[in-house]
Amino acid sequence: MKSYAKYLGKRILYMFLTLFLIASITFFLMKLLPGTPYSNQDKLSEEQIFIMNEKYGLNEPLPVQYVVYMSRLLGGDLGTSFQFNNTPVTELLSTRVGPSLQLGIQAVVLGTTLGIILGVIAAMNQNTWIDTTATFTAILGRSIPNFVIAVLLQLIFGVYLKWFPIALWNNGFSSSVLPTLALAIAPLADSARFIRTEMVEVLSSDYVELARAKGLSRLTVAFKHGVRNALIPLVTILGPMAVALMTGSLVVENIFAIPGIGEQFVKSILTNDYPTIMGVTILYSAMLVGIILVVDVLYGIIDPRIRVTNEGGDE
Amino acid sequence: MNNVLEVKNLNITFDTYAGKVKAIRGVSFNLKKGETLAIVGESGSGKSVTTRSIMRLLSQNANVEDGTILYNGDDLIKKTEKEMQKIRGKDIAMIFQDPMTSLNPTMTIGKQISEPIRLHQKLNKEEATNRALELLNLVGLPQAEKRMKQYPHQFSGGQRQRIVIAIALACNPEILIADEPTTALDVTIQAQILDLMKELQKKISTSIIFITHDLGVVANVADRVAVMYAGKIVEVGTVDEIFYNPQHPYTWGLISSMPTLETEKTLYAIPGTPPDLLDPPVGDAFAPRNEFAMKIDTELEPPFFEVSDTHSAATWLLHPDAPAVTPPAEIRARQALYKEKFANYYGKNETSVFSSENEVKGGL
Repeated sequence: MKSYAKYLGKRILYMFLTLFLIASITFFLMKLLPGTPYSNQDKLSEEQIFIMNEKYGLNEPLPVQYVVYMSRLLGGDLGTSFQFNNTPVTELLSTRVGPSLQLGIQAVVLGTTLGIILGVIAAMNQNTWIDTTATFTAILGRSIPNFVIAVLLQLIFGVYLKWFPIALWNNGFSSSVLPTLALAIAPLADSARFIRTEMVEVLSSDYVELARAKGLSRLTVAFKHGVRNALIPLVTILGPMAVALMTGSLVVENIFAIPGIGEQFVKSILTNDYPTIMGVTILYSAMLVGIILVVDVLYGIIDPRIRVTNEGGDE
Repeated sequence: MNNVLEVKNLNITFDTYAGKVKAIRGVSFNLKKGETLAIVGESGSGKSVTTRSIMRLLSQNANVEDGTILYNGDDLIKKTEKEMQKIRGKDIAMIFQDPMTSLNPTMTIGKQISEPIRLHQKLNKEEATNRALELLNLVGLPQAEKRMKQYPHQFSGGQRQRIVIAIALACNPEILIADEPTTALDVTIQAQILDLMKELQKKISTSIIFITHDLGVVANVADRVAVMYAGKIVEVGTVDEIFYNPQHPYTWGLISSMPTLETEKTLYAIPGTPPDLLDPPVGDAFAPRNEFAMKIDTELEPPFFEVSDTHSAATWLLHPDAPAVTPPAEIRARQALYKEKFANYYGKNETSVFSSENEVKGGL
């Protein structure tokens, strides 16, 4: 176990190194963007622009700006947004990240759970109409853009059935149902496809036959012995997928009028809102590297052969 | 001794894109209480399909066209899946060929062993764990307590096969089907596993169906032997009868192709390949590869001819009208060799298994 703690410590150290590199690269790339943070530049005089730049430190040479930004970042200060009413970026993110995160997590959990069930059922009934239907559903879910599904859901459950609000975010659970469903389709389809392919192989393996020879039912065998062995490929794609969903899907957020982070990111790039671009990028990256770590830990939990330990193997 | 298992006229086909493959074509055999029956034959002869059909674990494209499998008088073919689940692992258990792949890599072996115990004997977790420990000690795995919490990849091949045996024996099954349990192991471990199986059979008095293509293993473990070829049993007899007085030309070929310490020249190989079971040949399926084949072999399937109460073979050579045939030189040489070697082991009367000497009985 000691070696495992050491391994984790090392991984976390690398995580911060990765984040540092991403932040640095983004910082310089961002400065290469054409344009300035001022939307009404034509109306501003040279002096006004100079004074504004001076105020935000934009007149300094690039390396100096970089050092200043990075040292502030170390202190947890992401700067102040140029665009969004001079609010600090941290505040901006913290108020907006909530809905995106909630929707993302809900969509990933719902999507993968249903996807796994669908995939297992398809694999168990390989080459029958059940399998074909499941595969067809998965392809459909993958190929229809989520904003089309979002609008359909609004029409059916919002307009006709009136079960859920069409586009209202008051932090209640019911307002998150439709966007979650719309977002969950893609992970559902993906995980169903991955699990099916893997399960077909797993179900024909010797240990599954042995489990059947013990007297277990097909369903028990599939879920107790099969799924865990079929999860590895899914977990691999789960990481990036989860991040993409948690950091918000711009279009779906727009359709459901959700004050999420996706919209803000695009806006900040369009307006050269440097601190916000940096803030959102760092947040995205932190989530991604964090989830990659979680995924690696998950590997070990799912498959003991991948576990990084010194125990065992004493043959 | 009464029969725990009676397989009668079993016919199994597989649906494939190319058509119906007739994998098992009228197999009948009995398994007596406490005995070990070896089923031998080359790959694709239907050994595994036969045993899978006893467990009712055939793939979905398999059809049982005809036949009965009576387990203590009950036809297993007619059982529902639910009823079979109560029999599998409890009354009839199975050991698989490759211990490296037959254990679930993501489950501790303790859990895998206690699973059938909890399922069939309705024991609670603690009792099942204790029983699993007991089993691990029984199959000779040291430090059982510690090893219960380990995963399959932390064990060697031989140890894993011991674990698989422990799982199979968990509920003291009446019938144990061992599907080439030593094929994937190296020779020293093979010997250990065979010794273990023999020892355990004495302890819990199970009947064993032992599938193998290794005649050396057969001589070591079996009481009786059934030789399979192209989905049929072609010869069945006690282990002595099959080794010392084989009657079917295919059995001659099998025995001749087994090396002995005296083998100096190139080892004999049966010429040709097994027939395509999509379209099995008319008559004796072995005829095209059989140097002793007669005209009738290509026209009519041979019935079983009794050589003794326990020994019969399906070859026209045993028909009263068939010409006398001398078995191949290789077989005669081996018989002479066995006779010389085992003269010390067998009394004068015991050598009667050689009674037919160098001539096939059918010629009488």
